[in-house]
Amino acid sequence: MRLTLNIWRQRDAASAGSMQKYELDGVSEDMSFLEMLDVLNEQLNEKGEEPVAFDSDCREGICGNCGLMINGQAHGPEVTTTCQLHMRSFKDGDDITIEPWRSDVFPVLRDLIVDRSAFDRIIQAGGYISANTGSAPDAHAAPVEKKKADRAFDVATCIACGACVAACPNGSASLFMGAKITHLGELPQGQPERWDRVVNMVGQHDAEGFGGCTNIGECTAACPKEIPLDVISQLNKDLRTALKHGR
Amino acid sequence: MATPTLVKGARATRSTVALKIVMAVSGLVFIGYVLAHMYGNLKAFAGHDAFNTYAEHLREFGEPLLPHEGFLWVMRVLLVVALIAHVAAAYALWRRAANARTVKYQVKKNQHSSLSSRTMRWGGLALLLFIVWHLLNFTVPKVNPGGGSTDDPYNLMVDSFDVWWMTVIYLLAMLALGFHLHHGTFSAMQTLGFTNTAASRARAKQAGWVLAVVIAGGFSLVPLSVLAGIIEK
Repeated sequence: MRLTLNIWRQRDAASAGSMQKYELDGVSEDMSFLEMLDVLNEQLNEKGEEPVAFDSDCREGICGNCGLMINGQAHGPEVTTTCQLHMRSFKDGDDITIEPWRSDVFPVLRDLIVDRSAFDRIIQAGGYISANTGSAPDAHAAPVEKKKADRAFDVATCIACGACVAACPNGSASLFMGAKITHLGELPQGQPERWDRVVNMVGQHDAEGFGGCTNIGECTAACPKEIPLDVISQLNKDLRTALKHGR
Repeated sequence: MATPTLVKGARATRSTVALKIVMAVSGLVFIGYVLAHMYGNLKAFAGHDAFNTYAEHLREFGEPLLPHEGFLWVMRVLLVVALIAHVAAAYALWRRAANARTVKYQVKKNQHSSLSSRTMRWGGLALLLFIVWHLLNFTVPKVNPGGGSTDDPYNLMVDSFDVWWMTVIYLLAMLALGFHLHHGTFSAMQTLGFTNTAASRARAKQAGWVLAVVIAGGFSLVPLSVLAGIIEK
C-alpha cells in the first residue's frame, strides 16, 4: 500500500504548528495504524529528520493513551482505539490526515501528543470512593443488583482516551464524566459521596474550560468503548438531584 | 485554559449543567406555548368569525377573576422571562464552546449527529429574528404587507399570507422551528435526566419527531391553505 499522510507537526507547546505531507510506500494492511507510523518514523530517522511524536503505551486497546484524529474521526473509521485500528481499513493511494485532539484544555505538547491531565484532575475532584483500609470486607456485605452491576461494569470500561472531547463540537467532556458518575453511582460504594461527586467533577470540568453538552451524540459515536449517551442523562440527573440537596 | 489546580467550593447552581437545565425548562415552556398557539391558528379553518372570537376570548380568559387581557399578560411575562433565560443561557454555552476549541480541525467528520442538532444555535438565532418580525407583523404595531387594514385579526392574517414572500418567510420559519423542536425536545429530556435507558432515549427522540411534525406542520397548514385558496376573506 502507498499512502499520502498529512500530519500535524509542532515542535512544542509554545511553537506554532503546521501540516506536513509525507509519502509512505510498502505499508501492509496487517499493520496497525501505530505500526504504520513506526515505519514512517524509521524512514524519517534514516533521513535524519525528526520522527513524528505520538502517544502509545499498551497497544492493545486498554490504556487509552493513543488517540489521533484520523481523517476527521477520533481513532479513525472503526469503533476502536488507534492502536487497534488496522491498515486494512484504508485503501492503496489513500490520503490520510492525522491531527492531535483539538481542545484548548488538551494543549499540544509536541506533534500529535496532547496533555490530558485535565481528566486526572476531574477524577481527583470527585471520581473516587472513600474506603477504609485494613482487612477486606465480606464479599456479600454489599449486594449489588445484577442490572446495576452490569451497567456499572459497562461504563467502567472508559479508558479516558479523550475521544469524546475530540469529537464533540462543543469540546465537552460530559461523556467521560457521565461514565464515571454512572459507574460509581450504580454501586453501593459510590453512594456516600454521590452528590458531592457530581458537583465537584462538573465544577472542575467547567473550570478547566471544557464546553457544555448539547446532546448531539458525536462523543458516543467516537467512543472506542461504546459508552452510551444515557450516561450524560445520568450525570444531568445526579446534578439535578444535587441541586435539590443544596450542593 | 486548563487549570493546574483543583477547584474548591464548586456549586451545582454555577455549573454548565445548571445552564442547560435553564435551557431545557424554558424550552419546555415554549413547547407548551407553540402547541396552544398552533391550536388557535387552526381556528382559521372555522372561518372569519370563529377565528376573531377566539382572539377575543383570549383577552377575556379568566374574567372576572383576572382583569381584561390579564391572562394574556401573564403569558407574555412568562414568555419574555423564558426567552431571556433561554437566550442568555444559549449565549453563555455558545461562548464556552467557542473557547473550548480555538484551533479547528483541518478535517472533521460528523459520524452520528443529526442536522437538527448541529443547527440549534444558528437555527435558534433565525427563530429569534423571525419572532421579532412576527410580533411586528401581528402584535405591535401590526403591519399589513397587503396594504389593507390591521384591526381585524382574520383579515390581517389572510392579507399577510396572500403576499408570496410572507408565505415564504413563514414556511422557512416553520422549517427552522421543526428542526429546533426535533433536537430540542430530545435534548431537554436528556438534560433533565429522563433518558437513562436506551428505550427512554428512543422515546424522547420519537417525541421530538412527533412534536416537530405536528407543530411545524400544523402552523404551516394555515399559510398553505391561504395559498391554495382554502382559507380566504
